[in-house]
Amino acid sequence: MLEIREIYKNYEGRPLLQGISFAVQAGETVCLLGESGSGKSTLLRIIAGLEAAESGSIWWDGEEISDMPAHKRGFGLMFQDYALFPHRTVEQNVAFGLRMLGLPRAEVEARTRAALGIIRMEDFAKRAVTELSGGEQQRVALARALAPNPRLLMLDEPLGALDHALRVQLIAELRSILHASAKPAIYVTHDREEAFGLADTLMLLHQGRIVQAGTTAQLFRQPANAWAAGFLGLGTLLSGSVVGLEPLRVKTALGVLQASACGQEWQVGGAAQLLLRPRDALVLHGMPEGENQFSACVVDCLFMGETYQSHLRANDFSFSIQTDRALAPGSDVTIAFPPERVSCLKGEL
Amino acid sequence: MSNMNGKRGGLWWKLLLWLLPAAFLLIFFYQPLTAILRLAFSMRAEGGGQSFLPGLAAKTFAFTLWQAVLSTLLTLVIGLPAAYLFSHYEFAGRKFLRLIALLPFILPTVVVAVSFNSLLGPRGWLNVGLMALFGLSEPPVRLLNSLPAILLAHVFYNSSIIIRIVGGAWSRLDQKLTQAAQMLGANPWQVFWEVTFPLLLPAAAGASLLVFLFDFTSFGVVLMLGGPAFATLEVEIYTQALYLFNLPLAGLLSLIQLAFTLLVAWAHNRVSLPRYGKAALSAEKANLRPPRTKKEKVFTFVTAAVLIALLLLPLLSLVTRSLVSLEAERGERGEAQTGFTLRYYRELFRDTTGSIFYVPPAVAVRNSVLYAAAAMLIANMLGLITSYALHFSGRLARWLEPVLILPLGASAVTLGLGFVIVFRRAPWDGVSFSILIPFAHALVALPLVVRTLLPALRGIPDSLRQAASTLGAGWARVFREVDLPLLLRPLLVCMVFAFTISLGEFGASSFLSTGRNPTIPVAIYRYISQPGALNYGQALAMSTILLVVCALGSLAIEKARLPGEELF
Repeated sequence: MLEIREIYKNYEGRPLLQGISFAVQAGETVCLLGESGSGKSTLLRIIAGLEAAESGSIWWDGEEISDMPAHKRGFGLMFQDYALFPHRTVEQNVAFGLRMLGLPRAEVEARTRAALGIIRMEDFAKRAVTELSGGEQQRVALARALAPNPRLLMLDEPLGALDHALRVQLIAELRSILHASAKPAIYVTHDREEAFGLADTLMLLHQGRIVQAGTTAQLFRQPANAWAAGFLGLGTLLSGSVVGLEPLRVKTALGVLQASACGQEWQVGGAAQLLLRPRDALVLHGMPEGENQFSACVVDCLFMGETYQSHLRANDFSFSIQTDRALAPGSDVTIAFPPERVSCLKGEL
Repeated sequence: MSNMNGKRGGLWWKLLLWLLPAAFLLIFFYQPLTAILRLAFSMRAEGGGQSFLPGLAAKTFAFTLWQAVLSTLLTLVIGLPAAYLFSHYEFAGRKFLRLIALLPFILPTVVVAVSFNSLLGPRGWLNVGLMALFGLSEPPVRLLNSLPAILLAHVFYNSSIIIRIVGGAWSRLDQKLTQAAQMLGANPWQVFWEVTFPLLLPAAAGASLLVFLFDFTSFGVVLMLGGPAFATLEVEIYTQALYLFNLPLAGLLSLIQLAFTLLVAWAHNRVSLPRYGKAALSAEKANLRPPRTKKEKVFTFVTAAVLIALLLLPLLSLVTRSLVSLEAERGERGEAQTGFTLRYYRELFRDTTGSIFYVPPAVAVRNSVLYAAAAMLIANMLGLITSYALHFSGRLARWLEPVLILPLGASAVTLGLGFVIVFRRAPWDGVSFSILIPFAHALVALPLVVRTLLPALRGIPDSLRQAASTLGAGWARVFREVDLPLLLRPLLVCMVFAFTISLGEFGASSFLSTGRNPTIPVAIYRYISQPGALNYGQALAMSTILLVVCALGSLAIEKARLPGEELF
């Protein structure tokens, strides 16, 4: 449905977006995940028609819409800080888009009520939006964006300003509303928890490029490079250089470790980053004696509810592991990472 | 010292704080006001053969209203595009143009009147140029002493208010709101009427009413550019009191004037309340960008050109005309050459005429500077005390503030009239009018001082003072270490403000300054009212000096003003 081709954009003379291309299918929720300043909001605004790209094109159902003004695109955008009209009530905010469609008053009223129903805020219809709490404002903004039945829904960090508990609740709510509406949606965030909770397709934006796109499971299992693994918080990265192929062996601060090549070409002497996932660590008794075993000192151990998270230190390298049993701080333990679970990745952090 | 925050002690302190401003206002504002009221009503009691007078009052009122409405509309026509320009577009010379655009507000009326005279008057550049070009013996353009001259000067004056208030609001209007409307399908026209217009309305309505208020109470401009045919209430009060000695009628006119301005001031307060809190605000310069499309570029160019023509031209004309003597000025003691001259400035400091009415201009300069310094001290001391009194009186302030701001509604001419009535009688008859001038000026400046200081004072979190006292500072130390440094910039702004207001004040001064002791504006008015090239030149020279001083003051205010803070 929506197709983005080779979008380039500069910001204050520096390249911000460098050839972004992707497509969004019917009913699909695409999450654009990137650090703040990565240009993800700008990309959204370019798609919305609020900003112009230096080059590239935007297509909808095979028709180019790059030069179409924002108000004719029929896309809904939910702003980061909601941008609710302060001079209008909740109801009037939600009705705004319907009025712009030139619908008869009865239909405007009916659809406004329906939209307020979806977010369960019928009782707030006559309230001033300036009186609402953050979560309520967020809901109204969503209802306002959905009410005119846009052909694409875009959300720019819609949960950014809310506290954690509310965010968790609203992610679930958003997911069900997005699924129920069966609309294609682009969701921009820097929070991986939100992205994992909502995305059908996840896209990582870094230094103006899409580093990786795929389902959340794909990204989780096979991060495209070291930056992706670090940004997704998959584990600790250990840098080293390749000393042997078949099996792939990497020399690191923790000694020479065996790792999975992750389907990539490696050469002896090449730089590599090893991803050590906390869940994959095995705590052994006795001295280290096999492949990928080394001894480490327990710095501290935190009770996380189901499991324990320990911070360890070995040869001045700090990493954390997750275990079912507590480790005594200050004690020395032997740690093993099974070779097939250690991903060998390219790229800088 | 006992504890200032203690319950009993606090009450006494508050009373003490209130004492000084209350006494000042009682003596210098409410006393003259009641004197005027009594006078106005005494006329009604006399009745008799003065039945034609209400007719004059009604006619004057009608004209005052008519020219004020017209001036306000014209000011909006110029001011709104300019406000849009300054709040949206970044272009070369923007800063300079903005300074120029904000300058008129602080300029004395006489300077503005003389500037327009130097451009459009019989001896002004336009006429002199046309006469030289076509060999005419009479000035062809007769724009002075007409309604257009008054309107032009009012637009010159008050565009700065529209630019400041509406432009300020527009530049802080959150662009995301207009973009949200766009995303919901609103076309540019709908975006403006549905979002931008309603959000700007409080600022625009407030600014318009303020402009209307200033146009309605306009005195110097109408007196000097309108000529004998046009009189606003202010001018009529002045004429009736000083030339026709009809004090009761002047009192009646003052009463009408005061009642109406209070009504407008009340409406202004109602309308211009910020309504939506911070919801509609973004950072001050967030919306600025260079003009991109051809339409935007043309708009920027045309608006900037109009502003330069309207605002810069009269001032440039004043400065240049004060430095040039023209051949057309033959007959003045044999000097006939056309060219650059400093003669008008030199003459300011030389006593050449033997007339007993003559006062060397240097005396006027000395007087004005002394008055201004005194008025500045009085207004700021009083303003600071009043602000603290208001700040510490909590909910009571809501009722007390209007009482203090009321003088803003009273015109300077009314004030002058009231002073003349009150202070020539016992027990005040020993007081010299010269001593009263700084007090009258301080009264004019006081509301502005309070309106600048009070928000700054309210902006100091009490926790800062509490932190200082937990660290061992007594109340005097707290004031010196916390309050004073944080109030320094607004205080500086207020000082410059009060000083320049006093330097340029004309209405009250024209009542109070005696023949041999004029202020600068009074002297300028005398010069320009008298025939002869030398008088004209001296009026120009003095106006130029005043202009330069006020421009420096305006620059200082702009520099010291805290970002995002408005003067109204």
